[in-house]
Amino acid sequence: MSKLNSLAISDNGFIFKPATGESFTTNEMGLFIINLLKEGKSGDEIINAITEDFEIDNVTAGRDLYEFLDFLKRENMTD
Amino acid sequence: MDKKIYERPILRKVVEGIPNKFGSLKRLRPIESIDNVLIDNLIDQYGSPVFVLSEKTIRETYRTAYRAFSTRYPKVQFAWSYKTNYIDAVCRVFHQEGAWAEVVSGFEYEKALDNNIPGNKIIFNGPDKSEEDLARAINNKSLIHIDHFDELYAIIEMLDELKERPQVAIRVNMDTGIVPQWDRFGFNYESGEAWNAINRILTNGNIDLIGLHIHVGTYITLSKAYATAIQKLAVLATRIFERFQISIGYIDVGGGFASQNTLQGAYLPATDTTPSFDDYAHTITTAMTSASFPNNETPTLILETGRALIDDAGWLAGTVLANKRLADGHRAMVIDTGVNILFTAFWYDHEIYPVHETSFQSEPTTIYGPLCMNIDIIRKNIDFPLLNKGDRFVIKRVGAYTMTQWMQFITYRPNIVLIDEKGKTHVIRKQEDKEVFRRQEMIPEHLKVN
Repeated sequence: MSKLNSLAISDNGFIFKPATGESFTTNEMGLFIINLLKEGKSGDEIINAITEDFEIDNVTAGRDLYEFLDFLKRENMTD
Repeated sequence: MDKKIYERPILRKVVEGIPNKFGSLKRLRPIESIDNVLIDNLIDQYGSPVFVLSEKTIRETYRTAYRAFSTRYPKVQFAWSYKTNYIDAVCRVFHQEGAWAEVVSGFEYEKALDNNIPGNKIIFNGPDKSEEDLARAINNKSLIHIDHFDELYAIIEMLDELKERPQVAIRVNMDTGIVPQWDRFGFNYESGEAWNAINRILTNGNIDLIGLHIHVGTYITLSKAYATAIQKLAVLATRIFERFQISIGYIDVGGGFASQNTLQGAYLPATDTTPSFDDYAHTITTAMTSASFPNNETPTLILETGRALIDDAGWLAGTVLANKRLADGHRAMVIDTGVNILFTAFWYDHEIYPVHETSFQSEPTTIYGPLCMNIDIIRKNIDFPLLNKGDRFVIKRVGAYTMTQWMQFITYRPNIVLIDEKGKTHVIRKQEDKEVFRRQEMIPEHLKVN
C-alpha cells in the first residue's frame, strides 16, 4: 500500500495527492478504511472491523467496501 | 446500542471549475502497458522509439469485422490489404484468421507467395502490373483486377503463352456521392467504359470474367456510398447475364472503412463519428441482398478493408528529447518519433499519452519530431502534460500505413515488436543499422581512394 502512504490525509478527510496535485474528500467511513488499508489489513479483516464498530451487516459492508476500493484503484491510489 | 451509525464510504474528487459549453475538464490518463506488457520494459529491451503490435487486438478486430458481415450474408471473404501493413508476421495473423491476400505490386505478390498463400487466393489490384507479374499471377490462377485498357490488351496479347485461362475482374469507378470521386482507377460506370471493357473481355472467349470490383475511396464515413456502388454493380451483373449468360462469382467492395483516428480539422473525434463494422456490414449486406443479381444468385462478397482492421493494434512508444519555448512563448516538445516513421501525422491528429502519471498541469504544446525539418510535426496544438526530457510517451492507433509508408530519412527505422496472445514479445522487423544501407550502395572505383 505504498501509494496510499504517499498521500497527505488530514483528520477530517481531506486527501491531497502530491504526485498529481489532485485533491479529494472522503467521509469518516472512508478514512476508517484507508487507515486499515495502510495497516495492511485484508478485505475480510476490514469488513469484520466495520461490522464490529458500526451498525451494519456483513454483506452491505462488503459491497460498499469493494466499491470504495475500486474507486481508490481508479484514482491510482492503491496498487 | 454502542455501535456507531454506519455511512457508506465515499471519495469525491475536488475539481477546479465546472464543465461549460466548451466541454469538461480534460485530463490525459497515462497508458502504462500494452496487453499487460509494461511500455517501460518494451523501450528498455527494444530501444526508443519502438513500434508495438498487439496480436490479440488484430485477431479480435478481424473476428469482430468478420462476424459483422458473416452473420448478415452467406458468402463473405476478407482479403488482407498488404499495402496497409505488409510485415510478414502481421499478414500471417490475418491469413491464419482466414483472410486472403490483396496485393498491388509484384513485390507484394511475392510477399503473399512467401506467406504461403495459394495463387488462387491472391487478388492482384492496382495500375502497376508488369507483363511478368501478370503472366505469373495468371499461371497461378490469381484473381486479376484489371485497372485500365492497356492492361487488358497486355493480357489479350499474352494469351497464347499462358498456361491457364486468366481469371479476371474489372475495377469499376462511379459516382457514389463521395467527393473526390476516385476516377483514376478502373473503368468508369456512368460513361459506359466499364461495359465496353466487359464486352472486350467476354467477346474474346479466352478470359474468364469472375468478379466486379469497386473501391469507393479512403476513410469513407458514409456507409451509404457502398450501397450505391453495389446497386450499380448489380445492374452491370444483370447486363452481363442477359448478354453473355455468365454469372458473376463475386462482388469486391474494396476497402476504405474509416478507423478511429481523427482526421485533422474534423469537428468531432473519430471515436464518435466513425461507423462501426456493424454499421458498414448492415448497409453493405442489405444492399447485397436487396440488389437483384441475375438468377437470384448470391455472389461472394469480398472485402479488402485494411485501415480499420489494423490501426487499433499498432502503438508507437518513444521518449521526449527536449522541451523549449518558441519565439511567441508557445511551448514546444521534441520527441524521438518524427514524420519519417509516422507519415500519418500529416493527416491525423494522433492520440498521444504519457506513459507515467503526470501532474494535473498541462499546456498547449506543439509536438515536433527529431528531424531537421520544419514540417516534422506530430501534433500542431495539443493540451499536453509537462513531460521532461527522458520521459516516455505512447501514440495510439498507428497500425495502418505507418510501417509501409515510412521513410528511411536521417536516421534508421526502429524495431517492430509483436506481443503475442500469451503476452510474449517478438521482434518482427529488426531495427536498421548501417550495414543495411551499405549493402545497397556501390562506390565507383575512382571514388574509393580519397
